[in-house]
Amino acid sequence: MKLLFPFLVFIFSLNTVQAQDAATLVSKLKEKLQKVHDYEATGILKTDVAFIKSPAGKIIVYYKNPDKFTLKRQGGISILPKGGMNVNMASMMSFDYLAIDAGEAIVNGVNTRVIKLLPNDEKSELILSTLYIDPVNMLLQKAITTTRSNGTYEMLMSYGKYAAYGLPDKVVFSFNTKDYKIPKGVTLEFNDANKADMEKMKNKKGKVEISYSSYIINKGVPDSIFK
Amino acid sequence: MTEEIIQVRNVSKFFKNVKAVDDLSFSVQKGDVYGFLGQNGAGKSTMIRMLLTLVKPTNGSIKIFGNELSAYRIDILKRVGAIIEKPDVYKYLSAYQNLALFAKLSGINPTRSLLMDELKRVGLTGREHDKVKTFSQGMKQRLGIAIALVHEPDIIILDEPTNGLDPQGIADMRNLILHLRHERKKTVLVSSHLLTEIEQVATRILIIDKGKKLVEGEAATLFDPAKTIIAIKTEDNEDTLLKMRESQWGQYVQPGYENSLKLKMHKKLLPSLHQWLVENGVEIISIIPRHSLEDLFLQVTSGKNYVETI
Amino acid sequence: MWKLFNIEVYKIFRRPRTYIAFAAITALIVIIQLGLYVDGDSYVDFLMSGLKDSFDFQGKILNGYLVCYILLQLLLVHVPLLIALVSADMISGEANMGTLRLLITKPVSKTSFMLGKFLAASFYTLLLLIWIAFLALAVSTWLFGTGDLIIQKNAYVVQMSQDDVFWRYAGAFAFAFLAMLAVTALGFFLSVFSENSIGPIVATISIIIFFTIMSTMSIPLFQHIQPYLFTSHMVNWKEFFDEKLDASDNVIKGSIQNVEQLYNSAIVLGVYIVVFVSGAIIIFKRKDILS
Repeated sequence: MKLLFPFLVFIFSLNTVQAQDAATLVSKLKEKLQKVHDYEATGILKTDVAFIKSPAGKIIVYYKNPDKFTLKRQGGISILPKGGMNVNMASMMSFDYLAIDAGEAIVNGVNTRVIKLLPNDEKSELILSTLYIDPVNMLLQKAITTTRSNGTYEMLMSYGKYAAYGLPDKVVFSFNTKDYKIPKGVTLEFNDANKADMEKMKNKKGKVEISYSSYIINKGVPDSIFK
Repeated sequence: MTEEIIQVRNVSKFFKNVKAVDDLSFSVQKGDVYGFLGQNGAGKSTMIRMLLTLVKPTNGSIKIFGNELSAYRIDILKRVGAIIEKPDVYKYLSAYQNLALFAKLSGINPTRSLLMDELKRVGLTGREHDKVKTFSQGMKQRLGIAIALVHEPDIIILDEPTNGLDPQGIADMRNLILHLRHERKKTVLVSSHLLTEIEQVATRILIIDKGKKLVEGEAATLFDPAKTIIAIKTEDNEDTLLKMRESQWGQYVQPGYENSLKLKMHKKLLPSLHQWLVENGVEIISIIPRHSLEDLFLQVTSGKNYVETI
Repeated sequence: MWKLFNIEVYKIFRRPRTYIAFAAITALIVIIQLGLYVDGDSYVDFLMSGLKDSFDFQGKILNGYLVCYILLQLLLVHVPLLIALVSADMISGEANMGTLRLLITKPVSKTSFMLGKFLAASFYTLLLLIWIAFLALAVSTWLFGTGDLIIQKNAYVVQMSQDDVFWRYAGAFAFAFLAMLAVTALGFFLSVFSENSIGPIVATISIIIFFTIMSTMSIPLFQHIQPYLFTSHMVNWKEFFDEKLDASDNVIKGSIQNVEQLYNSAIVLGVYIVVFVSGAIIIFKRKDILS
């Protein structure tokens, strides 16, 4: 009993130290990312969902601090997961949260610290965000986010020449999809869908990949773009 | 001998079990107006349709211009014009358009003036560009005539051409047939119920019944009172024949009889003949003179007396 | 035969009845375009209702290419009925009018006569499809603009880039012409058997409806014969609107998922056309014209 209290104090202080580390790490990442006030990026978007055949297409992505983000396909139609693509890395950290260290993991062959962010606001749309941060290069390698309305999605980043700004060359956005359902009478097709094929397409994850070819950083982006 | 322009040999036509034409043979000579007669359902229209390749014969042979119709159909039809019953044309086209269309199908390249002349010839001046649906039956008939003649055929086949026509139309048709024969030197084959009309135009006659030939011959022969055929039926035809041959009547006796004796003589001698028969104890069953085409027609088609070809 | 073809085309287009089909199609297309112009977004929402729970769509879904696709889906089921009005009247109409007997006494071969008539009916069908193409594609793209085409099949959704769509429509219309030609041939064939037009027109429409039902129902007995029914193949113009994926599940632009299906269907339709037309000619040549 005499030893219990100091032991508990020791454990608490250890946690506190580690919690400080987690919060500090996230703050440092945030700081780095906030050096980018705005950007205009060109890239190729590819939607990869079991029951959608969609060609890759050129896109332009606009971002403006703190959380304005829009994606425009040039002359075509973009099929994006509901509610998810507006999430960007900076906005993942722009709410009140408690950062908890959740260990380490290797992502893309890189050692990362796993930090869970719990929103302080109980009514927040975001329920939980798990960040996989490369502490050496201060890069977010992966993020898994759970939201109230749009389920859980995962972002996997790859970096290249824009790593200094914390801007990825490629983002793979994975999400759960509901099974494909179509209103009756729309297709006017005679043959029912092959049941085996339909089964194969159920309960599969969907992916959206954006491969960025260039960024124009901090040159100003008008607010009208985001309307 | 005049050229036989149409030769029909042993032609029969069956429609399922019905024999519409039964082993019919006849010929039409160049320049004839050939009257083709028979009651309703006798087989006239079927025979005419066979001549025009609308119907295929079950048996037999048809030659036109010396060539087998089945083998030379297109070449033959280029030289044939026809009106089959009432002429039906495209009601939504005008007279001119109809004539132009059928003229092209007939194998000619008609000019505007040719078409207008043809329409004028049949009395449709001023109505050339009116839609046919506004035409009377007589006007349609005249258009049909123009269509049949526009390509200057050598043979014109008219199947019941006076159907639905008023007396003026009938007279016009008669005059047309005479004109075709005398002025335009055409050969005409005409079927009709109007025996008086045929009587006035036909050079040769064919009467059929139940698809079979009853009579075929020169109109002059059939109608000339000096050449009236008297068909006599008695209780003992052989005995009567012997008696006649020994009398002044022997010169009139025609060879080859079946049920009746036949004499060819002037019809004014008939009373004398009758008297002689009675005086000589001949038991007469019937004496039938052929006064006119109608009489001939009715006699041969209504009765039991089949008169052979002369 | 070309002389006959010209005469037959002349007759077809001088007849008021011919224009019923053009008028009906124009009215149908204009009404649908108007409806979509006014309220198309609601219709698109309905179409996409199965997907909008999971996905956001950015861009112009309701564009001229989608409108054209919707129109074709509706029209190509009904156009056969309009084609039957002319094709099933080709011989029986002449018999009914009494002109057939006059035509056959003209110095033209019966084979040329029949081929000239069929070609004229085919020309009518072609013009009808060109008119549909003009209204459904050209006018729709003028009204609604162009964009990517998204269509939904029973099992999946297909999106085609807007620069990858036009040639598909060209192919689809060409295939649709072949399909409609099969209908033309059927009507033409049935037309030989009657002396009035109503019978063959009704028979043609009835056969198409009956075969379409057999093509649609998933009854094992019917499924054996479905590959042989021309109605099963008539709808395969839709195969132009499906793409192949490569090993990495990337869409191969300019590809068709089931090219073999298209070829097979084209062959089946071609066989039907040949059989119907040949049958019509053979029967007509043997037939006695009693009208």
